[in-house]
Order: sequence, then C-alpha cells, then structure tokens
Amino acid sequence: MNFEYSDEQRLLSETLRKFLNTGYGFDARAKITATPAGFSEDVWAALAEMGILGVPFDEKFGGFGGTTVDMMVVMEALGEALVVEPYLATVGLGGRFVARGGTAPQQARILPALIAGKTKMAFAQTEPEARYDLARVATRATPSGDGWVLEGDKRAVLHGGCADLLVVSARTAGGDGDARGISLFLVERGAAGLAIDDARTLDNLRVADVRLSGVRVGRDALLGAEGGGLPLIEEVVDYATALVCAEAVGAIKYAHDATLDYLKTRRQFGVPIGSFQALQHRMVDVLIAYEQARSIATLACVKVDTADAAERRRVVSAAKVKIADAARHVSQEAVQLHGGMGMTEELKISHTFRRLTTIAQAFGDADHHLARFAAARASA
Amino acid sequence: MDLNYSPEETAFRDEVRAWIGANLAADVRDKVLNYRELSKDDLLGWHKKLATKGWVAPGWPKEWGGTDWTVVQRYIFEEECGAAGCPPIVPFGVRMCAPVLLRFGTDAQKQRFLPRMYNGEDFWVQGYSEPGAGSDLASLKTRAVRDGDHYVVTGQKIWTTLGHYGDWIFCLVRTDPKTEKRQDGISFLLIDMTTPGITVRPIVLLDQSREVNEVFFDEVRVPAENLVHEENKGWTVAKFLLGYERMGTGNIAVSKRELARVKELAARAGLRDDPRFADRLTRVEVELMALEITNLRFLDQLRGGRPPGAEVSLLKIKGTEIQQALTELMLQTAGPLAQAFRPLEARAGFDAFTASLMPRYCNVRKATIYAGSNEIQRNIIAKATLGL
Repeated sequence: MNFEYSDEQRLLSETLRKFLNTGYGFDARAKITATPAGFSEDVWAALAEMGILGVPFDEKFGGFGGTTVDMMVVMEALGEALVVEPYLATVGLGGRFVARGGTAPQQARILPALIAGKTKMAFAQTEPEARYDLARVATRATPSGDGWVLEGDKRAVLHGGCADLLVVSARTAGGDGDARGISLFLVERGAAGLAIDDARTLDNLRVADVRLSGVRVGRDALLGAEGGGLPLIEEVVDYATALVCAEAVGAIKYAHDATLDYLKTRRQFGVPIGSFQALQHRMVDVLIAYEQARSIATLACVKVDTADAAERRRVVSAAKVKIADAARHVSQEAVQLHGGMGMTEELKISHTFRRLTTIAQAFGDADHHLARFAAARASA
Repeated sequence: MDLNYSPEETAFRDEVRAWIGANLAADVRDKVLNYRELSKDDLLGWHKKLATKGWVAPGWPKEWGGTDWTVVQRYIFEEECGAAGCPPIVPFGVRMCAPVLLRFGTDAQKQRFLPRMYNGEDFWVQGYSEPGAGSDLASLKTRAVRDGDHYVVTGQKIWTTLGHYGDWIFCLVRTDPKTEKRQDGISFLLIDMTTPGITVRPIVLLDQSREVNEVFFDEVRVPAENLVHEENKGWTVAKFLLGYERMGTGNIAVSKRELARVKELAARAGLRDDPRFADRLTRVEVELMALEITNLRFLDQLRGGRPPGAEVSLLKIKGTEIQQALTELMLQTAGPLAQAFRPLEARAGFDAFTASLMPRYCNVRKATIYAGSNEIQRNIIAKATLGL
C-alpha cells in the first residue's frame, strides 16, 4: 500500500502546471472564453503536443498507456486552472467509449487522430425528460439499408458544438427507460440531418442541443453490441464522473488557497481578517472538506477500473456525493469569506464558484448518487 | 499509488487476526461490542496479553519493546483490533506518559517506569485539567512546593478518566506561582496514587456512568526524583504530549465496526428502504470512507519519519463527528425503544443491547470535548497548518 505519485506522475503534473501557469492565466483564459468558439485551438494543439490528450490510451495508438491515477493528476491541474477546452468530453467520454467499446478498425481510425489533437469528441446522451437516468433514451435508431436512421433530441451535450465526432445513444429495441435495447453510434459532425445548437454555460464551458432528424449512419458506425449499450454507458459515465471529481479537487484547492490568502492580506479594524476566530474556524472546515474531497476522489480514481461493476458504482457514487457536497460548501464559503469581492466577475474566485456549482450538478447531483449508493448497498 | 496490501502485509494481517481470535476472551469481547463497562482487570488483562506477545507498544523504540512495524502494519493492527472488538489499550501510560519519559526522562526514570508500564503492572491516569483550567490549561493552580527531597502537592484535578482505577497519575503542577507568563512555572510530576492525602471522587455523567473523577491532593508528599524534565519547564512537556494525546483519535476501525452494526440494526428495523434514513447513513458512510483514505495519506506522509502535526487534529475532528453521528443513527434504529435505559433493561421489550443505545449516545457526546475540544483543534489547525 502506498499513496505516493510516481516520478512519471510528478513529471506529468509539473509539465502541465508549468504550461498552464505561463499560458493559461486568468487574463488569457478570459480572452479565450470571449471568443466565438469559447476555447483555444492553440491550447488544444499544445495539449496534444505535450501528450496530455494521449494519457489514458494505448501506446500503439500514440498514447501514454496511463492509469486513471495518471488522469487524476491531469484533471486536478485542469481544475485548478479552470481549463475550458473539451478535454473531459474528448478524452474522458468520447475517447473512452472508443477505447472500451470500439472495434479494432474504429480504434485505429479514431484514437491516433484524437491523440494528435485532430479529432474532438462528445457524448450525446441526455434527453429532455431523462434527468440523470441513463436508461431514459427515447432517440430511435431504425434499420435502413446497410445501417440505421437516427431520430431524436439530445440536450446539454458537453462540448457538442466543437465535436468532430459524436457518440450518440439511441434505441434499437425496447421503450424509453428499458435497460436493454440501447445502442451507441458514431456520428460525424457534417452528417445530413444533424443540427447542433451551441450554448455557453455559467462556467464558460459549452453545451449543445443536438437534434437528429433522419441522420443516416452505416454498419461501421455501431459502437459496441447492438442493444447492449447501457453497461458500457454506465461504465464510461462512471469513469468520467471519477475524472470530474478529480477536476473538482483542483478547483477546490484553488478556492482554498485563494481564500486563505485573502484572509491573510485583507485588513479590517486594523488587523488581517484571518485573525478573527469566526473566520478561522470556517477556513479550517474548508481545509477539512478539501482533504476529504481529495481522499474520496483518489479512491474513485484508483477503483473505477475494477471489473466489479457493483463496487465501481458504490465507490464512484460515494465520491460524487462527497464532491458535490464539498463543491457547494467550499465555493459558497470562498465567496462569503471574500466578501463583496467574491461576488465580482473580476476575481478568479467567482469563476471557480461557477465551475464548482456546475460540477455539483453534472453526472448526477448529490441526491442522485445518494440513492445510487444506497441501491448498491442494498444489493451487496 | 496502490491501495492493495502486499503479500507480506496480507500475511501480517492474517497473523494478527488469528492471534486476536485465539487470545481475546469472549466475555470481554462481548462487553466491548455491547458497550458495557470494562473493569480494571478487563483492561489490564488485555494489556498484559498484548505485552506478552510483544505488541502492546508498537510505537516505542525497539530497545524498550517497540515492534518496528511500518505505518501500514500499525494501521493493519489497529484495524484488526477495532474489527474484532478488542478493548482499547488505555493510552495514558504507553501512548502518553511513555513518549514523555523517552524524550525527557532520566535513565533512572526510564528503567523504573517503562518496563512496568509495558507489562501493565500499574494503571496510569492523566492529571491535567482543573476546575478553572480546561481548554485554557496554562491557568492551572495545583501547587507543588519544594520541601527537602519532596514536593508537597495541594490542589485539585478534574475529568480524570478512569482515575478510580489509577495506580499512578502524571500531573501538571505549578511550582512557581510568580512568573510573568502563566506557561512558565509549571512542572511535570509522576505521583503514586497510594500516597496519603489523595482522594478520588466520581463524577456521574449524563449517561449515569462512572468514567471520570475529581482527584484531590491535600499536602501530598511526592519524592523530587519523580519530577520529569526540569522544574518550571513542564509546559514544554505538556505541549509535546498533546500531539500524542490527539494521535489515533480518528477511531476509524471502531467506527467501521459500528457502521456495520447500524446497517444490521437498520435492516432488522425495516429501515433499509427508508430514503431519509438511507441518505443520513450514506453521508456518514461516505465521510468515513474518505476519512480512512485521509488517515492513510497522513500515515504515508509519516513514513519518511516526519512527526505528526496538525493533521491529527483533522482526524480528531472528523473522527469524533462520525462517531457521534453513528450513535445517533443507532438510536434511530431503535425508534421508541431507544428510550430504554439501564434500570429497565430486564423488562420485556427492552433487551440489554437496546437499553445501551441511549446511554451510549449520551456518553459519546464527550468525544468532541475531550482530548482538546474540536474548537481547540480548529484553533490548532488555523495556527499550525493555515498560518492564521
């Protein structure tokens, strides 16, 4: 048993942080989010150049062959810098689907281009009435010729607007809510009948409404087994959830550090406000939340690759409960302890608040994962 | 990063588990698992078994009987003791006074006290708090006046845990009342509790248990050779000891056992599918899962030999909050029967275990108060870790 990062992991962290500290400061980020695309192709190319896009993928595709703990190192750094580029959507969702469920030709076609920064991906899953229920898929895939025709509506597709390639869940059998009958399809950006409506989220990321009106795909667009997509969806969403927990740890760390710094430098009544016990104890509780969040995110990243699906669900849901609670608690305290300044757009702390607030809602909120954890416990 | 035990660590766990299985008496285990009072013999009996095995003081230097275990082995040992329902190793001797003697004691003091401490021949207790000196320990007033080869001690200690079992007590006393700083003028004395002039009186707690005491000193003559470290330098000793007092207060292994118990009771009470109960239980379980990793992360940092800092305060705060939450959940599983109390336990419907839940809930309120209240712990973290 040991908890140390390896030398490679430390190097990975240093390289990425060095890049983000110099090239992704608060002002640079503000310029990026103000552009029409909402992210930077230059930053994306630099991430590819550094090998960051290839961290979890097999070496035969040009990847690093890394573990989820390696990914934790990356996500923490991205979270601390509030990186808006579509890393989670491309590497954590799209790329993961291909790596886990794709055929050899699909992997060979997609992964090298993804790792090189040439293909961005997104996962089109959520539907208007589905909330966090992954079996709520009403989008239909009807056999037609040598393939299928897709028809349906997807909402809040993370980075769907910039994706070159979408993974779309659709029903080849059964009805909305059934566990069986869901299939996954690869859909290219230019496909006829595909309408993508891009929007900015509170935290300056992008989500899209995706409408599929008679979109034709071929045989080779099917990803994984026909009708058996749900277990793969659950597995990949759990993986992305573990990663977003690690990202949250980075953002929480920033909120902690910035707030502590503010308590030491902001003076009122002739003294630093950090000398007041009422504020000290609140700050200590922020530190405790940070340490606990880091621990549970570590547990999730170490265990998310287990073959035991019940254990994976249990650990990931535990992590998301704690992360959602800690994200709310720490972001609210950070704003409160910064006083009026915490409310302003000028400070990074308010942007950290926004990111943590959306992370709490993403991939299942605390209530969703409380119920899921309890269900995993009851079936254990 | 690797959360799995190595083959050596697994073998060690099996060895500890087997030894506990063969050596923990069923009646003592039963008392622990059902929150019944442990006698002095129960506590010392277990201590002596561990001493014979060589496992009673893992943290001591090897020459004095330490085990030279890795931090993971120490964790495994605590885990197994907690899971099995072993009595606690009473901390006042081996975990508190001993590190002080090892750091500040003379060779003669070490030779005289450490082997007896190790073998459980004396029951040690702690004389720190006074009626006017709780969190503000430095305001203590118990006087020790030098008279030839002796100190004459007069005053009062309070909240002395298991003081009624005590053979020896280590005390902070004031040897110089005229110093400018209150922290100066304090000394650390070892006192034989059979010395004339000592009276121990019980304090009945809100669960009606006898656990803590008042200890009165009326011109008690203590040989000067029982002074540890220099006269008037006791505050240095006290600060050193506080770090050790807080260590191991995360109580994670015991909380894991209690959590399993809550689940069992909830299933029996038909609460398994109650969403309100399930949510409360899950939040506690998740917090405990995280704390276990936090504890391991801190232990890992100590692997390099760094002494524990304010991290232990964090473990104390979270660990005790979880302990208290678990006692509350247990009460909830008993519903209206949770009103039962010891005198009623023989009556129909009030089995002995159910009747122990309310007193236990009451008793564990102490956890966020003792060993430095959780507010004091927050002060320590604010100062030592955050630099506020």
